[in-house]
Amino acid sequence: MILFKALFSKKSAIISILLLVLLLLLPQFLPRFYTYLFAMIFAICLLATSLNMVLGFGGMFQFHHTVFYGFGAYAFALFVTKSGLPLWIGYVIAPFCSALLGLVLGLITVRLTKLYFGMLQLSLGSLVWAITYRWYSFTGGDDGIHGIPIPDLIGSSTGAYYFNLIVTAACLLLMYIIVNSPFGRTFQGIRDNPERCEAVGVNVQKQQLVGQIIAAFFAGVAGTLFVTVEGSVFPDLMFWTFSLEILIMCLLGGWFIFMGPALGAAIIIMLRTFVGIYTEYWTLILGIVLMLLIFFLPEGVLGLFLKKAVPAEKREG
Amino acid sequence: MLQVHALQKSFDGFLAVNGTTLTVEKGDVVAVIGPNGAGKTTLFHLITGQLAPTSGTILFKEENIAGLAPYLVCRKGISRSYQVVNIFNRLTVFENVQVAVLSYRKKTFNIFRPAKTMAVGETQKILDSVGLLDKAEMTSGSLSHGDQKVLEIAIALGNRPELLILDEPTAGMSPEETAVTLRLMKSLSGDLGLTILFCEHDMGMVFSIASQIMVMQQGKSIIQGPPDEVRNNQQVREAYLGGADQCST
Repeated sequence: MILFKALFSKKSAIISILLLVLLLLLPQFLPRFYTYLFAMIFAICLLATSLNMVLGFGGMFQFHHTVFYGFGAYAFALFVTKSGLPLWIGYVIAPFCSALLGLVLGLITVRLTKLYFGMLQLSLGSLVWAITYRWYSFTGGDDGIHGIPIPDLIGSSTGAYYFNLIVTAACLLLMYIIVNSPFGRTFQGIRDNPERCEAVGVNVQKQQLVGQIIAAFFAGVAGTLFVTVEGSVFPDLMFWTFSLEILIMCLLGGWFIFMGPALGAAIIIMLRTFVGIYTEYWTLILGIVLMLLIFFLPEGVLGLFLKKAVPAEKREG
Repeated sequence: MLQVHALQKSFDGFLAVNGTTLTVEKGDVVAVIGPNGAGKTTLFHLITGQLAPTSGTILFKEENIAGLAPYLVCRKGISRSYQVVNIFNRLTVFENVQVAVLSYRKKTFNIFRPAKTMAVGETQKILDSVGLLDKAEMTSGSLSHGDQKVLEIAIALGNRPELLILDEPTAGMSPEETAVTLRLMKSLSGDLGLTILFCEHDMGMVFSIASQIMVMQQGKSIIQGPPDEVRNNQQVREAYLGGADQCST
């Protein structure tokens, strides 16, 4: 209880619970397509928030985050289709596979900083993509893997909705706790000023490595959620343009606010779905949104909202 | 406590620090003075590990720390503040100091306890001692320049240093703010018994607080001694004080 009080203000707790209850009731009223869409949004919300752990709270230019997402999805898909072991083990193992990839890539990338870190990350991630894309005998190459058997309990659109909602909510809570822990506090110190952080005795590279492993883990969880909804995987999941899209979600929602990226993810997926009905050039709209964002909303949508709604001194991280 | 011997740092052949020697005894307040470009900040960077020396030794408590990474130097007991404000802009004043305290207590990899409940007492005590407690919840980036410079020192105190290194602690401060900082340094040295090494352009301040002064010029240390000895040294007068009585305050 004390722990709870230290983490949440009364207001944010009430809003979170109301939102959760609303989302739990929603499938009763929604057409099937929307249930599916929301299930997908939850997975991407989790993905964007996991990116933002290192981006907004760690100041690391993680340009290719979806490689961990795709890796988790593939690990899960391959496990389910090839091992014959119970499904739930796949849900547990896949995020750890992503975390392991986070460790391997991180060991190389955290030696660099800022843009150099981002560029190296982008190229190493693309390497993983290229292997996945070409390795027909194992990953299915550019076809991917389809028809992954997910039991109806969680595989139907309503089932996936609830499964993804609950897993995402639990992961967001965990990440929230991590962001507000001494680890998270130190991480934010590194974001603001890595040099100073090192001068107060923090091993910056080690801290960043651990941060990347944690973020990769949650991206892996998001990957399994994607498979739960879609029942398939394909190399596009870890293509670099998708990483950029997630990056834009973080910026759009507000990358210094915990729930910002989730909001950004919801906005962009809705936009893509609904604008996509009218025009195939929906990325044009995305481009315009991005330009408006840079000029008018440097702190993102949620950042703007909080600025208007909450006095500056009381704002929470 | 600290012995710097024959220290050299070369940047592409330019010797920013060239055979510098410096001794700091426990409890001392040592000032390093010298004209701009004399190598004072480079010397501090070398001691705290931001730069690795080309040659020479830096003994801290009998151990050579030359070339150690900054976080390892910090863990040995040396904290520093910076000439240009170098704080965690988006964090509150409280959190700025807390980052250092958490690091000192080796809690930076603790991921499940809320940071809000940790190291609160000690952080508040440090803020109180430097007079920033009433601004604890403000975002540090929005503080006045003077307060940010004080916060610089507060962050450095978070690691409970044995040796505190301050790089121009009063640069850009108003006379009132300078007086406050001077009082703070006196109390850190007097009440807490901290050993302080600092560099400064304000001669009034240097001569009113330092127990030892080291004069640098073109990367070399000319002399180190008590204020009176330095004040009356002919070489110092010619080289740095220009023979005038600037230092007589």
